[in-house]
Amino acid sequence: MCVSGDCHGFVGRRSVLNPGTASGKSDNPMTIARRYTDTRSLLSSDAWSMSVSANIPAQTRWSAIALAASIGLVYPCFAWAQNIPLISGGGGLITSTNGGNTTYLPIIAPALVAPLGDHLLLESRSTIVESYFPRGGGQPGYKHDAFLGLSYLQADVIANRNVTLVAGQFLTPFGTYNERLTPIWISNFEDSPLIFSLGTMNTGSNVGGMLRGSAYSNDKMSLDYAAYFSASSTNQQFDSERSAGGRASIYLPDARLETGFSVGRLLQNTHENYFGTHLWWEPDNSNFRLRSEYARGPHAQGYWVEADYRLLRFHGEDSLIGRIEPVLRLQQTFRSQPDSEDGLPSANTQRADFGLDYHLPHEVRINTSYSRQLSLTGNHNIWETGIVYRFLIPTWRGK
Amino acid sequence: MTRMHVLILVTGALSVLGTLMGQSAPSAANPQDGLQKSQPATTFATSRGERVFQQNCSRCHNAPQEFPPQISGTILRHMRVRASLSAADEKALLRFMNP
Repeated sequence: MCVSGDCHGFVGRRSVLNPGTASGKSDNPMTIARRYTDTRSLLSSDAWSMSVSANIPAQTRWSAIALAASIGLVYPCFAWAQNIPLISGGGGLITSTNGGNTTYLPIIAPALVAPLGDHLLLESRSTIVESYFPRGGGQPGYKHDAFLGLSYLQADVIANRNVTLVAGQFLTPFGTYNERLTPIWISNFEDSPLIFSLGTMNTGSNVGGMLRGSAYSNDKMSLDYAAYFSASSTNQQFDSERSAGGRASIYLPDARLETGFSVGRLLQNTHENYFGTHLWWEPDNSNFRLRSEYARGPHAQGYWVEADYRLLRFHGEDSLIGRIEPVLRLQQTFRSQPDSEDGLPSANTQRADFGLDYHLPHEVRINTSYSRQLSLTGNHNIWETGIVYRFLIPTWRGK
Repeated sequence: MTRMHVLILVTGALSVLGTLMGQSAPSAANPQDGLQKSQPATTFATSRGERVFQQNCSRCHNAPQEFPPQISGTILRHMRVRASLSAADEKALLRFMNP
């Protein structure tokens, strides 16, 4: 996620640090709805029955009965198996110091996953952030702002072994970072790459339909694909551009090598094409990972290369040194024409990120990094620290 | 030689160093270490599931230290969609998590 002023990760483009945007408002209808639900659940059964009989219109009452019946029908699908709905995600506190200004971001990003039967899956992830940032303009003290946003809310229909149909709001399948590395408990660095907005259509998520799956797989290779079409939406929680695109990847398990390409076409107003490619490599029996992406838009292009090495060699993962993971990321962007909306820096930029992550017990991780950004518009030092906790719990006990 | 070239060389050197050091390093975290310690995992199906885990899941994230077995199917359904796993890989992983 983006916490620095120059990057445009999904939180960045939602303007966590900008209190003036609509996304930063705290009077979110989702919050109101959840508060109503939570309050109702605190009522005793008798009081709830009386309340239903006395105050709720018949139409609403029938809706409640239908909902209860639906839950009753669905519950046996996973009550006896390994398919209990779960809540996963991460929470933490992130700080970013850019050009001498420090921002504090307490954040929680829960994801809900609920299978319904053998072929249907409902899943959603949201982000709740309270950001504290300097007032600026020479004024002392801090301002704060709240943000609640959906990253995705989608229904997945597993049609057959090769095809999964996705409908709803989903993460844009362009490159690898958006779909794989945006969860705060996964990413090695607290902020997203500089080229993150290329191909992700400014919003990082789309509203529409997608076909994806494993086209072919055996012990020697695996081919997977994703193709989507998105409608335009200006809803606060389902912001999306009219666009189409997809990604295809090939993975060679023996070499631990994955490569692929992505395309995207913006269909709203001016039609623009985006291209991207990625390369991931993990040598077998090592704890080294190399990830890289290149993306090109109509007015800019760039790449990032990230390498990390967990020091498991030194007495295993539970040792003092074995918990350390040095990380290095290099990035460059190249601007061919001015474009204030593509999310990349306005001038050619080079950036090196040096990180040191520490894996504590009980799913807690500390991320630290120092970045040096070099650009014609000015050079910056960026310091980031964060402590992140990952959780994974069933929604109920099950049998 | 610019600073960026130096950094690229450093990255390359780190890659080679990591590869060389990793040849004799212990394998990545095994999810069964935290999940099913009391159960042996020696069957062909389990070993295939372990391989699928190391080749797919651990490329993006570490294994969870532990989780209740009643959500293992949900996790795998989720990851089948997210990681475009094949149906065979999903089944192998499920057997690996619940031998």
